[in-house]
Amino acid sequence: MSDKRTCLYERHLALNAKMVSFGGFEMPIQYTDIADEHNAVRKACGVFDVSHMGEVLVTGPEAERFVQHIFTNDVAGAPEGKIFYGMMLHPHGGTVDDLLVYKENDERFFLVINAANIDKDYAWIVEQAAGFDVVTENQSEYYGQLAVQGPLAEAVVEKVLGLECKELVFYTFKKMEVDGETIILSRTGYTGEDGFEIYGSHAFTQRNWDKLIESGECKPCALGCRDTLRFEVGLPLYGDELTDDLSPLEAGLGMFAKLDKEEFVGKEALVKQKAEGLTRKVVGIELEGRAIPRHGYEVVVNDEVVGHVTTGYNSISTGKSVCMALLKIEYAKLGTPVQVRIHRKLHNGVVVKKRFYEKSYKK
Amino acid sequence: MAKIIEGLYYSESHEYVRVEGEFGYVGITDYAQSQLGNVVYVDMPEEEDEVTAGEEFGAVESVKAASDLFSPVSGEVVEVNSALEDEPELINQDAFANWIMKVRMSDPSELENLLDAAAYAKICE
Repeated sequence: MSDKRTCLYERHLALNAKMVSFGGFEMPIQYTDIADEHNAVRKACGVFDVSHMGEVLVTGPEAERFVQHIFTNDVAGAPEGKIFYGMMLHPHGGTVDDLLVYKENDERFFLVINAANIDKDYAWIVEQAAGFDVVTENQSEYYGQLAVQGPLAEAVVEKVLGLECKELVFYTFKKMEVDGETIILSRTGYTGEDGFEIYGSHAFTQRNWDKLIESGECKPCALGCRDTLRFEVGLPLYGDELTDDLSPLEAGLGMFAKLDKEEFVGKEALVKQKAEGLTRKVVGIELEGRAIPRHGYEVVVNDEVVGHVTTGYNSISTGKSVCMALLKIEYAKLGTPVQVRIHRKLHNGVVVKKRFYEKSYKK
Repeated sequence: MAKIIEGLYYSESHEYVRVEGEFGYVGITDYAQSQLGNVVYVDMPEEEDEVTAGEEFGAVESVKAASDLFSPVSGEVVEVNSALEDEPELINQDAFANWIMKVRMSDPSELENLLDAAAYAKICE
């Protein structure tokens, strides 16, 4: 099956982007250099095409009850305009996807899901919706999405795009009428920096991409640095740190699974996991040298394989070689000495917190 | 346009050998570094390691990917370019000046299996 293209595909080619297949889309991995793009987001401002992300609208009298049923976080009684991060789970506790839920009101929720999972998620959502008085709509084909990220993002969105965003606090959104259409502007992102995500029609997305690039105040940034940025601040990527087989507890994301909620799909499995104790967990590892641990590499203790690397880099912001890894629980304690097999050799490291760089969100 | 130097031996996997007497200095070509982008780590063998023609001896890595290195010749590693440990980007600055390992060749006739500059230029087109 050939990859889909976003509404900005031609613009990526015009910028000489190196293109790769990601999540069923033909996407840019870098325009110039991953490290330069990474540093632009940490120090100034970058714009990402994230139009590959999926969007599902849930409406109806039982919309809130339905979202509570399929989502691990607790949206009950939340103010309008609030955004939640969490997961949808299989009954066995494995993760269908991680997602953002935007609460418009009690009867209207907007779900943002991973590109690679759009078909799987939507089928799953529709299946779960049986018996609820809700309407679900897959709006992924309609929406383009830009992520403007970095310490200067607020100034750029206000000045270059003319969209008022100062008053938005972290993890909230608003709908706006712009050029005859309704767009969604949220203070969210996947980089560990302040920033905004903007959902609109393809035409709106193209016009605003052009404004940002032509302004010279915002560097085009691609998926390569999106991964190094999210990794450094310990954010998971579905497929690496979360899978159909891995629960949020095992991923170290238990704070987003509210076990005190009355009910959600997969809750019983998580309660059981917690009661019996986890057998494995995603942790951070810091290595002594500069050798780079990559996805799938073995983690070894006393010649025994005790886990594998889920994501790893030589951190662009810190210069250290670090990774996230799924380890047997007996080796997951902070400070545990472990080794990672990189090419032919074992490299010494130690278990650390899986946050290698401090986030600087604007709360 | 990638630089190609006359008088060196080249492999199809984009390593070169510069021969000085019984020794071969092995590195990656300018074409290889340009394809790879910024080198952030070079995984090198250790001195006294035995390497075999056609087999892996290390890797050069960009932010995103590791590319295995294949030795163009067999022999004993007598020296590695330790400057690359702290400054892997030297490979991007001048791939031919910044060799990766120096090998005492055990079978110089293996050089006949490698490409000359003209033949190598063709596979870089």
